[in-house]
Amino acid sequence: MAAEKMALAKAINESLRRALDSDPKVLVMGEDVGKLGGVFRVTDGLQKDFGESRVIDTPLAESGIVGTAIGLALRGYRPVVEIQFDGFVFPAYDQIVTQLAKMHARSLGKVKMPVVVRIPYGGGIGAVEHHSESPEALFAHVAGLKIVSPSNSSDAYWMMQQAIQSDDPVIFFEPKRRYWDKGEVNTEAIPGPLHKARVVREGTDLTLVAYGPMVKLCQEVADAAAEEGKSLEVLDLRSVSPMDFDSIQASVEKTRRLVVVHEAPVFFGSGAEIAARITERCFYHLEAPVLRVGGYHAPYPPARLEEEYLPGLDRVLDAVDRALAY
Amino acid sequence: MTVDSSAASEPRRSAAGKAGTTGSKTGTKRTTRTTSRTTTSTASRTTTRSTTKKSTDPELVQLLTPEGKRVKNAEYDSYVAGITPEELRGLYRDMVLTRRFDAEATALQRQGELGLWASLLGQEAAQIGSGRATREDDYVFPTYREHGVAWCRGVDPTNLLGMFRGVNHGGWDPNSNNFHLYTIVIGSQTLHATGYAMGIAKDGADSAVIAYFGDGASSQGDVAESFTFSAVYNAPVVFFCQNNQWAISEPTEKQTRVPLYQRAQGFGFPGVRVDGNDVLACLAVTKWALERARSGEGPTLVEAYTYRMGAHTTSDDPTKYRADEEREAWEAKDPILRLRRYLEASNHADEGFFAELEAESEALGRRVREAVRAMPDPDNFAVFENVYADGHALVDEERAQFAAYQASFADVEGV
Repeated sequence: MAAEKMALAKAINESLRRALDSDPKVLVMGEDVGKLGGVFRVTDGLQKDFGESRVIDTPLAESGIVGTAIGLALRGYRPVVEIQFDGFVFPAYDQIVTQLAKMHARSLGKVKMPVVVRIPYGGGIGAVEHHSESPEALFAHVAGLKIVSPSNSSDAYWMMQQAIQSDDPVIFFEPKRRYWDKGEVNTEAIPGPLHKARVVREGTDLTLVAYGPMVKLCQEVADAAAEEGKSLEVLDLRSVSPMDFDSIQASVEKTRRLVVVHEAPVFFGSGAEIAARITERCFYHLEAPVLRVGGYHAPYPPARLEEEYLPGLDRVLDAVDRALAY
Repeated sequence: MTVDSSAASEPRRSAAGKAGTTGSKTGTKRTTRTTSRTTTSTASRTTTRSTTKKSTDPELVQLLTPEGKRVKNAEYDSYVAGITPEELRGLYRDMVLTRRFDAEATALQRQGELGLWASLLGQEAAQIGSGRATREDDYVFPTYREHGVAWCRGVDPTNLLGMFRGVNHGGWDPNSNNFHLYTIVIGSQTLHATGYAMGIAKDGADSAVIAYFGDGASSQGDVAESFTFSAVYNAPVVFFCQNNQWAISEPTEKQTRVPLYQRAQGFGFPGVRVDGNDVLACLAVTKWALERARSGEGPTLVEAYTYRMGAHTTSDDPTKYRADEEREAWEAKDPILRLRRYLEASNHADEGFFAELEAESEALGRRVREAVRAMPDPDNFAVFENVYADGHALVDEERAQFAAYQASFADVEGV
């Protein structure tokens, strides 16, 4: 297998398979990841091929999953743990924030924490409460963690490889509504740096910045805007922490306008950080304030309302129009 | 030391029964394979025994009485059967030096050299007994009060003081002595210990792990989860709970309605309560528990029943919540005093030994004092060190900004 079209979920599965195959210290652990292959089948077939000692069905206790993964990492393992849904990570939040993130620093570098925490996140699949949230900013605020989110199959495959190889803890946010989207994956490619943004579409009038599930939406927005004669550049951040501000800056210096799009609530979201930093870096280039499109400051709504809550084509186009009107 | 060989031949079976003492109605249901067989047989026995005791006088494993008298114990004598007078003196020395170090640290806090100190006063036997039960390849996960265990593991005591002085958050290499960093968030380390033990099992090694925590931590979800994970995966870990009766100002009654060691039964592994002020009993029971772990029999909960003679930390004021009489009652059960009485009564130590130890003790106090006073403040740029193993662009950027800011003062001074 060299280049092949596969769904994003399958790309992660193949990446985990490759990691399990090439490094005996890699473990996959979580609720229902074994026989069932995870509720999204991301770990499908891995336990069958690598055994119960490598692909571990855990008790239903998220703090326990991350806490024992820390212990396994101390023993020299490289655990990849699955949190079943975004809204279920909070029992583990303590272990992630107070232990996992700080262990390297407080040991003065003597201890490494190569743990990957996989979290299917975001809405758009009509799920019940606690199954559609985007808590990435809650983790990005914590020094010691790295936060990434792929938007397509190729990135899902390669970013997972790189996350597992990282000696730092990585929170790996998987855009669950894109799990079934297919894309080309070249398993023999040489991947670029994990934390570098990528221009997915070049443009001259305005920059759209997104990551994870919103990249596809932004591409659609750019298509629609093109029909109206507006040229939008779309930047896929890929990594929330560290964030590639240099690439955002380079794009904004060209387009002079920036709209940030994410599913997470706008208030204290990653868009706020981008707006502040880009304003500082590009003050004399900007023709308009940095605008943000995202969730509202309200609990994630019931599924029948989520289309109103989530950024959609029209809401992003509206923000684009407002930015261009300055 | 006497050895009851018939008891030694089956310590595991009888010991496993210690998980069950809450009574046969609810306590003996067949919930797990590992303990159902043995709990049924011994639950009624221990229940009967406990009803004859006052609730204030808990049943516990004891090999040395507070008066320093050696009492026989059929189940645990074998674990200290071969102990030599020299080793007994060694345990005594460990406890005396640990207490001396601890007193010096308290004094250093009063002198403003440390920001805070968490004293282990009164818990020397629990820590030295369990610490000396560990093997070099075992791994220890402490709270922030395990100064005696650190001593046993060979961690230099002055290394423990950095975090209390405020020059680092730990700073020793956990892998040098298989002694993890102190953990301040209560109970978190029990999960790390369990994960580490799961790793040992995967490696096929026969090392074991010991996780320290306290009566307060027993209320934490992480502790319950670590019991679940260790039981399910049969991880080679010993949970060593020092029940020192107080979680800052809250007595054990505010944490639990059952004796803590009985918690183990519900998770499917044995629990035992040991006299935490009896160094010999702590040594024996921990050795037993570690051997269970090594031989693939899974986790054990040891509740060392002891007393925090001092304050929670130097910031605490125990006079607000507990009576002097309570402390006085526990002083009569002092761990160091009772071993001294035993050593003297059995002619295992002479005047010269005690005098020499006194001198060694003072020398340690002096060394610690001098080391702390000489401990340099960290470099300002240490803020940015080791935040990440593989680096982070933002940390680099902020370090550079900080450097520029610092340098701006140099310009001013240069004018």
